[in-house]
Amino acid sequence: MSAGFHIVVCGSLVPDPLQTLEPIRGPQGPGLKNEMMLPAILDPWAGHALFEAANLAASGGKVWLLSMGPKAKLQQVMMSVAQKAPFELVVLDGPAGGFTDAHFTARALAEAIEGIAGLDRSRLLLFGGWQSASRGAGSTLQMVGERLGVLDQFQGVDEIRVQDDGAFVVKERVEGGGYLVSRCAGPPAVLGWATGNLPEPPNNPQLGMANMRLIMPALQRAEPVPAEPGGLSFASVELPKARRETRLVKDLPPAEVAADILAWIKS
Amino acid sequence: MYTLPTLPGDDVRQIMWRFAERFELQMVVQSARAVARGTVAKLVAEGVRNSHEWNDKKASLLTAFDHSGLSALFMDPAQGGFIEGPKNLALALVAFELAWVDGGSATCSLAGNLALAPIHEKGTPEQRDHYMSRCVPPQPGEDREMLRGAFALTEPLPYVGVDTGVLAGKVRVAEWTPGQEPLLKVEKRGRFITNMDFCNFATVAVDTADERIKTSCMVIVEQGDPGVFDRGAPTLKMVHQLSSTRDPVFNLTVPAGRIIGGYTVQDGVIVPNYSHAEIIGAVFHRTRIPVGLMTTAKLLSAVEPIIRYHRNRFRGGDAAQPGSPRFEQGLQQKEDALHRLLDLWAMGEAGASLGFTAARLADEFDPLEREKDRIFEERGVSGPRRQMAALAEVRDKVLEYARLMSCSEAGRDRARLAELESDPLVRYAHLDAVLNVLIPACKLWNTGAGATMMREAVSLVGGYGITEDCPGFFMHKWTDAQLEATYEGPEAVQRMHLSVTMTSEIFLEQFRLWAEGLEALAGSGFQGGALVLARAMRLWGLTMDHLQRAKDAEGKKLYHRKRQGVTFAMADAVCWLVSARLLIMDVLELAAKGPANPVVADSLEGILGFYTDLCQVQAARAAGEAGRICAELVYGYGDGTGLEEFAGLRARLDAALAGSRLAKDRAGQALAGVMIPEALDYPL
Ligand SMILES: Cc1cc2nc3c(=O)[nH]c(=O)nc-3n(C[C@H](O)[C@H](O)[C@H](O)COP(=O)(O)OP(=O)(O)OC[C@H]3O[C@@H](n4cnc5c(N)ncnc54)[C@H](O)[C@@H]3O)c2cc1C
Repeated sequence: MSAGFHIVVCGSLVPDPLQTLEPIRGPQGPGLKNEMMLPAILDPWAGHALFEAANLAASGGKVWLLSMGPKAKLQQVMMSVAQKAPFELVVLDGPAGGFTDAHFTARALAEAIEGIAGLDRSRLLLFGGWQSASRGAGSTLQMVGERLGVLDQFQGVDEIRVQDDGAFVVKERVEGGGYLVSRCAGPPAVLGWATGNLPEPPNNPQLGMANMRLIMPALQRAEPVPAEPGGLSFASVELPKARRETRLVKDLPPAEVAADILAWIKS
Repeated sequence: MYTLPTLPGDDVRQIMWRFAERFELQMVVQSARAVARGTVAKLVAEGVRNSHEWNDKKASLLTAFDHSGLSALFMDPAQGGFIEGPKNLALALVAFELAWVDGGSATCSLAGNLALAPIHEKGTPEQRDHYMSRCVPPQPGEDREMLRGAFALTEPLPYVGVDTGVLAGKVRVAEWTPGQEPLLKVEKRGRFITNMDFCNFATVAVDTADERIKTSCMVIVEQGDPGVFDRGAPTLKMVHQLSSTRDPVFNLTVPAGRIIGGYTVQDGVIVPNYSHAEIIGAVFHRTRIPVGLMTTAKLLSAVEPIIRYHRNRFRGGDAAQPGSPRFEQGLQQKEDALHRLLDLWAMGEAGASLGFTAARLADEFDPLEREKDRIFEERGVSGPRRQMAALAEVRDKVLEYARLMSCSEAGRDRARLAELESDPLVRYAHLDAVLNVLIPACKLWNTGAGATMMREAVSLVGGYGITEDCPGFFMHKWTDAQLEATYEGPEAVQRMHLSVTMTSEIFLEQFRLWAEGLEALAGSGFQGGALVLARAMRLWGLTMDHLQRAKDAEGKKLYHRKRQGVTFAMADAVCWLVSARLLIMDVLELAAKGPANPVVADSLEGILGFYTDLCQVQAARAAGEAGRICAELVYGYGDGTGLEEFAGLRARLDAALAGSRLAKDRAGQALAGVMIPEALDYPL
């Protein structure tokens, strides 16, 4: 009985992972070199959440994508994301990246959700990534849920199955490749998605054009989120000790890839 | 000294190529890119190009095009498409994105549109609605076979190739019962026909072989029509292997209603409303732009892999230690590696500026052309000759319009400009003159000069360049470019076309005004080679004037249709000049609009510094090419006397090269510091 779900997917942009990501210290604190110029994509974890949400809402219900990020960059990302699933965009023009304060972000997102017209909180499923590709703290979504008083929370979700009575069964990743399977009586709930089960839908410009009718006004309306004075500060930032080495190898069978990684770990 | 932060991203491109406000186009770009760097790149990496035959793997391309909206791109919303209005820029962007990875995939995507183009341009409303909407993939719940088309003009030797006049394909009346629609017998053999493996209809050019049919025409034939629809033998081509090409044989009976554009019956004779030549002229006017851009995409796509190869050349092993210049900069320590890459990049940029400008103007032109047709029909002006005469009457207005447009905002008579602008015939004739040069120039120069430059890309990565392992598929791209220079009208056809169009009074005046504009720009302090380019354009104008008046020792005119040694060379020269100028125009647009774009604004100084120098590099090269050609022609046919004005202007052109090598050095330094992604975003 998914007909009634109101699904809000929280997700923003991250730099394209193939780009050179080099931390630097700027006037506003740490960031990435040329961050504004780097092509961005929808955070992949949030992307999985969005595709799962669209799938769930296909037979009824509604999806909002709530994004906080620099709106000019969000607009670029929407040119692709808007073609993949029907949704309504809610935009906060604020910082996104690996060095934002999760408390600040969570508060802004929670307030934005409270302001969504037509959202029925009793039917709310709050979706997002269980982590972000720009920083794997995995804390934002939990805090958004807490602020909204949504205490049924699931993290590392790979599957949701809705039952006839409106309850749903959720599979969460746990240690050792196992799953924790829970039954939840119904919304509201928070689901922080891992990869889910759905492939990335192909781009569909027709769908994109339909979405854009609401997305562009939402982007134009987006208000800047004032920075929070005295929030998080970083004492130091450095690259992980192990240097990232990208190697392109053609046609390597999986067993050899595994052996290669093993040899690297041992070295 | 500026620094170039990253390679230009979508934000920069959208401003330069003027689709920053057009979200539907931005989405189409994303759609095409996903197919190119996903499905297409995987096929190429798997070696699917290594066969002539069409197969299931290649056919997966069609599914990808259908799913991502590319198959429906050419159609209007009422026919099942999703973009309202003209689609030249949209098609150009898609071809660019696909050819960024593989030219054959772009051909495959465009060939269906080429098949529809005769119907789109000249078909009856019924033909248009029927074929356009049935070429859209079926929507969920719809149960119908999707149509896919082929365009069959070229015939086996010794018939149609460059010369499209002598058709071996024939149409006769098969059966004509009084009061009923005549049935036609269509016989056509095709050579090198794209999409033949899977098309279920074809638009074929045929001549009349029956006194009851007045002229040649184009006819739609369908699989399932009575007779032979033989797909023929596959072309053993060695390029564009992700497209299907065969030599089909058609021998079919079709209703006369399949004559594209319809017909009338006069005195018992079927008179097609359009001859095959009229339709082909209208079709190729537009479809050649995306082909030109396909080669351009290859050049620009080569920049990132070359930089990566050069930088990484000595990394790994103990050939160089981290921190040493050899390790960090690799081959980018060498000036030549930087300079040659800049030459390639600059040519790619100029080609893109030319192609996307042509596409954008073609979008403006389409409705004007329809309006012109409407006006002429209203006034009873029919047939190409009478239309030309009618347009000649507005010539003075067009010249005035061009002059007013090139005046500064402050200096122009706005009321008069508005008055002229409100006359669709004036705008039509103006754009027609401009596009009649820009479009063949794009097809000729982007592909021809581009193919030669692509060889340079192969060289720049050494032995890897000619291997299958070369990131970016350079070898494929180099050879693919040769087909792009050939099909849809080889270089000779474009040069012939330009020989005529670039001498129109309107174009020559516009060209002179462009040179004047560049001089003003140079006077305002712009550093991007405006002066040298202006002088080269003046020199070209002077040369044209000379060639049209001068005669050789035997008293024969120098500028003559038969003297391709003159006309073709001038056509080559004009391409260098218009493309270099349009790059400057696009960079000026970036300078004007960049500050308002928050993504670009922060780094704009560096980006503009680099692009301005790139303009100068290209302007110098273009001026050099044009100057050489003009000098050869002016001196080469005479005794060297009486050419003081030419010699003086040539010397001033050379002098205006001042600083252009310094610009190249600066751009080279920026190139050595630009940040690139860790890896290419499509597989090997
Ligand atoms: C892979 C592929 C796909 C194709 N797809 C299609 C398709 O879908 N539909 C279709 O109809 N055709 C198609 N073509 C055909 C293509 O358009 C022709 O090959 C092209 O027009 C050239 O004709 P030709 O090969 O007969 O060259 P020719 O006419 O023999 O010309 C060869 C060369 O001779 C010189 N030349 C010829 N005439 C002149 C002249 N008047 N002045 C100066 N020089 C001249 C030029 O250098 C020219 O390049 C395709 C070709 C290929 C290879």
